[in-house]
Amino acid sequence: MTAIICRDLVLKYAELVAVSGLNLEVETGECFGLLGPNGAGKTTTVEAIEGLKAPHAGSLEVFGQVWGTRRDRALRKRLGVALQETRLPDKLTVRESVRLFASFYGNTSSQEEVIGRLGLTEKATARVERLSGGQKQRLALACALVGKPDLLILDEPTTGLDPTARLAIWDIILEFKAMGGTVLITTHYMEEAERLCDRVGIMHAGRVVALGSPQELIGQLGADQVIELEASLELSDAELGSIEGVRSVSRRGDRVVILCRFPAKVLPFVFEAAARTGATVSEAKLHPSTLEDVFVHLTGRRLADG
Amino acid sequence: MASPLIELTRARFLEFWRDPSALFWVFVFPVILAVALGLAFREKGDEAAKVALVGELAPHLVGEDTRTGGALELIALSRDEALMRLSRGLVDLVVELPVALEPQAKIAFHFDPTKPGSSKAYLEARELLERKAGRHDVLVAVPVHVSKPASRYIDFLIPGLVGLNIMGSCMWGLGYTVVDSRRRKLLKRFAVTPMRRADFLLSFGLSRLVFLVLEVAFLVLFGWLVFGVAVRGSILGLVVVSFLGLGAFTGLALLIASRTESVEAAAGWMNFVQLPMWLLSGSFFDYTRFPEVTHPFIKALPLTALNDALRADPESPVSGILLQGCGTRTSNYPTQTVLAFPKDAENSHFGMDTS
Ligand SMILES: Nc1ncnc2c1ncn2[C@@H]1O[C@H](COP(=O)(O)OP(=O)(O)OP(=O)(O)O)[C@@H](O)[C@H]1O
Ligand SMILES: [Mg+2]
Repeated sequence: MTAIICRDLVLKYAELVAVSGLNLEVETGECFGLLGPNGAGKTTTVEAIEGLKAPHAGSLEVFGQVWGTRRDRALRKRLGVALQETRLPDKLTVRESVRLFASFYGNTSSQEEVIGRLGLTEKATARVERLSGGQKQRLALACALVGKPDLLILDEPTTGLDPTARLAIWDIILEFKAMGGTVLITTHYMEEAERLCDRVGIMHAGRVVALGSPQELIGQLGADQVIELEASLELSDAELGSIEGVRSVSRRGDRVVILCRFPAKVLPFVFEAAARTGATVSEAKLHPSTLEDVFVHLTGRRLADG
Repeated sequence: MASPLIELTRARFLEFWRDPSALFWVFVFPVILAVALGLAFREKGDEAAKVALVGELAPHLVGEDTRTGGALELIALSRDEALMRLSRGLVDLVVELPVALEPQAKIAFHFDPTKPGSSKAYLEARELLERKAGRHDVLVAVPVHVSKPASRYIDFLIPGLVGLNIMGSCMWGLGYTVVDSRRRKLLKRFAVTPMRRADFLLSFGLSRLVFLVLEVAFLVLFGWLVFGVAVRGSILGLVVVSFLGLGAFTGLALLIASRTESVEAAAGWMNFVQLPMWLLSGSFFDYTRFPEVTHPFIKALPLTALNDALRADPESPVSGILLQGCGTRTSNYPTQTVLAFPKDAENSHFGMDTS
């Protein structure tokens, strides 16, 4: 069964078109990642799926149901949500917050167990205002999980967290998925997407510009290797692009990024070109291509760019 | 399973309870107001009038003020000094004594009859000197002191503060919280849960109710213990009227909160709505002092209705309910005697209080 279907979805804020004709399907049991730079429309899409924002055009179904009917409440019981930015009441403790959210759902997990799973047992009696950013994010996740949802929708759940905290949250998401849950997650971190998501959709300016499993998307680049150069300006993109075996040349900040299949064949010509134009290459790096490269290739921007 | 309504109410209660500034405004501030205003406008009826005696006899008569039961305070001064003090309002009366207190001796009394207390000082001083000169009273005066209950300013003030408190805590407790929750995206977060919106709204009503009971009980108890302001009407009436006030102001606060995005805008609107009621609705002074034409407007304000009901206004249909009850039915509004009409205050002392 399909958990989420969006067809030609258009979402607007007054005159501003935030999402223009988005097509998306999320299967039950899968973890789907929405990637994209700031302002791509991820949050807007996710809020429409949560029933917070009505579509301006197109259709949207969650578990085969559209929003705005008598059955909304029943559908909400199946959703667990962590918004991009929610500040839970400052004066409540961790335990009280979880208890409050649990009371909205008929069928809930044990509150203590959820608190424990998120590593908040020590902080159970601490007030929200005294939690660190990472602890607050874990609490938000606890409030999303306590209602035993079928579909977990997380908007940038690990932004601003340290690597350990991020790993802890990944474990919880993977565990939820292992139990048969469906996950829709937005993120700026390609590593997170590669690690968690069965499929990702890359959004740019209100559209999905690429869709597939991380491997597929990387495969679509037609280049499994990336050469990154730090070189002086004389080295032109056109010159590099004409080297045989180079699939694309782009710039990331002051770096030149060359996608290719066989770097060993390409590199000698790169250095030759540099020598011919009098450019100096101060650093050359080689790595297998990632989602990040896919993204840069498609949009000319980095995932984490504003 | 815990009920969402109870859990929401509980959360709201805890949030408020754990916020020291909220507690200050709701519990401490009204008490400070009551104490400050209660002291500033306490009854001054018993204060002695200051009388300056001039002449050779003066030093001999100074001790005689004990005979006036504290109505007069006598001091001996030179004529110039005495008249100077009179002109500055430092003494109420200057008496130029004759050489001897004997029949037909002339005594000049200098005072300003428009100044409160002066005429009384004149009568008291004259009485004292007449007796001193050997006058015998023909009648036997038997002063029966009537202490009029609930006639002090504080008796007027406490119900007004209760009304004000109900208004303020509803407006801030509800209006502010809703707007702040919206800004924190908490409303959005709740909206994606199966929480019923009715539960959410009701939880505000319920938690306000709990606090209302505490607030009103606290203030009434304070007034009773510290100032002896007693609830003279029915406690049930107090409860009912307080609940009605709660309903009115909760509605008003929701109206403001429903359309404002920022906390600042909400605060502005709430001040805008509350300020006229602070000034006009008779919490601190009687609104009948305002020109007649304004009364329909003033009476249309919700706080006016609440205050009137709380005060058991004899002219109001909901009379007999609260803090100043039956005892004062026949009297004027107390503030008229204390705050607004100093002359009336004097009259009432003449009438009631001969000490
Ligand atoms: N409340 C709003 N009112 C008007 N415009 C908005 C509002 N929220 C978002 N937008 C606009 O809609 C577009 C998409 O925003 P959205 O929040 O969906 O981006 P996003 O992909 O979630 O970005 P981020 O990674 O920064 O969270 C942006 O251009 C943004 O300026
Ligand atoms: Mg976002």
